[in-house]
Amino acid sequence: MTTLFTTDHEWLRIDGDVATIGITDYAQSQLGDVVFVELPKVGRSLKKAEAAAVVESVKAASDVYAPISGDVVEVNEELTAEPALVNSDAAGKAWFFKVKIADKSELGGLMDEAAYKAHTA
Amino acid sequence: MLARDEHTPLERTPLHGLHVGLGGKMVPFAGYEMPVQYASGVLREHLHTRGKAGLFDVSHMGQMALHAKSGRVEDAARALERLVPQDIIAVAPGRQRYAQFTNENGGILDDLMVANFGDHLFLVVNAACKAEDEAHLRKHLSDVCVIQPLPDRALIALQGPKAQSALAKLCADAPAMRFMDSGPHEVDGLDCFVSRSGYTGEDGFEISVPAGDAERLVKKLLENDDVRPIGLGARDSLRLEAGLCLYGHDLDTTTTPVEGALEWSIQKSRREGGARAGGFFGADKILAQLENGAPRRRVGLKAEGRAPVREGAALFADSTSIESVGSVTSGGFGPSLNAPVAMGYLPASLAAPGTQVFAEVRGQRLPLKVAATPFIPNTYKR
Repeated sequence: MTTLFTTDHEWLRIDGDVATIGITDYAQSQLGDVVFVELPKVGRSLKKAEAAAVVESVKAASDVYAPISGDVVEVNEELTAEPALVNSDAAGKAWFFKVKIADKSELGGLMDEAAYKAHTA
Repeated sequence: MLARDEHTPLERTPLHGLHVGLGGKMVPFAGYEMPVQYASGVLREHLHTRGKAGLFDVSHMGQMALHAKSGRVEDAARALERLVPQDIIAVAPGRQRYAQFTNENGGILDDLMVANFGDHLFLVVNAACKAEDEAHLRKHLSDVCVIQPLPDRALIALQGPKAQSALAKLCADAPAMRFMDSGPHEVDGLDCFVSRSGYTGEDGFEISVPAGDAERLVKKLLENDDVRPIGLGARDSLRLEAGLCLYGHDLDTTTTPVEGALEWSIQKSRREGGARAGGFFGADKILAQLENGAPRRRVGLKAEGRAPVREGAALFADSTSIESVGSVTSGGFGPSLNAPVAMGYLPASLAAPGTQVFAEVRGQRLPLKVAATPFIPNTYKR
């Protein structure tokens, strides 16, 4: 499985033609204590760069953008019930949603882990 | 808040170096570089203040002394009553009172604390308004008073159930003080002004200390394990849960004290039929509203769901109406309530507790209920 990153601090784990999407540990540390998460509806057709989810900390609300185009096939209901998972396990249990990748060529513009580390350094 | 030139350098409080050393995340606020949070984050800082004691740097706020040229404090009090709808003459030595500067339309120019220090009045005003407040005082009171800003003093707040025990170690007078007592007291040998008040809904103190001694005093207070530094983020969530107004958000020049639900702060002596009725800017409008009510009112709002409803969200009478009936002026997540809380303005007909309204958030109408404030009971030592 490959993990890719966006400049908006999202991660994508690619498994065949499905991408699991979340926000990075760096992003959660910048947001602070997460108190609310709103996820897209299963079946929604996302276009790359459109607002797909919302994450709210005590301080502010932030959009999570679709890093690639595709239909939402699953969302993490556990996150809606326990938003603080974003702070405790951003790269693991706190995944947001999964999409069926519409256009694999969109993955070409994303960063690998080394490039993302350099981006946030 | 005033729009500032982005090239205007931000000011720093006497505690700036300490904040940076403690890991404070510094942000611009009212022209100052202030800590919004420290490493533990807003949520833990908020809960620590309610559970033990939080220490806040509020040195950006304006401190002023108001001396009557006659030397009699009651002359300064009488003069200040030209600018506020409160009874200032009745503020006893060693006591303080919440007040508002009003304009000719009854709108609020700023809200403030006024203390009687025996031979003069001591004022604490908002950071973003302090220059205008000083000019306003000079323009209207210079015939009777000398206005002396006190920029060489820092201001810190110590708030929470352990505030008294923490301060008592350095100030023997502290435990005997009651809510809204205010006056000069020695703290760790320093000439301080101490009031039993704050902006969190908790028991606590505000301490005005000479700027050069502020860091040493704060470090000494932080040696106590119960006391932790708290940033502006938690200060905002604490005051919101306590139902306390933030000037420039919940109150401004377009809101009167009655619309702002601050009637409790206007004593009978300044109302219709009182000994010194009126005689302040906007009195016609404010006195009429005190008698007949205001067309709109500041209310507390509790969300029915988990999504925070923030400042600026439009309010609607039902889930489909096109015309908004008001807006949210402060809102966010209340860590002690573990739920979203907000304040906003609604027409008088929709302002009764329990009334359902809707806020528009990201294109959706979220149900809210008008709720009494404070959202959590305060713990003032009366």
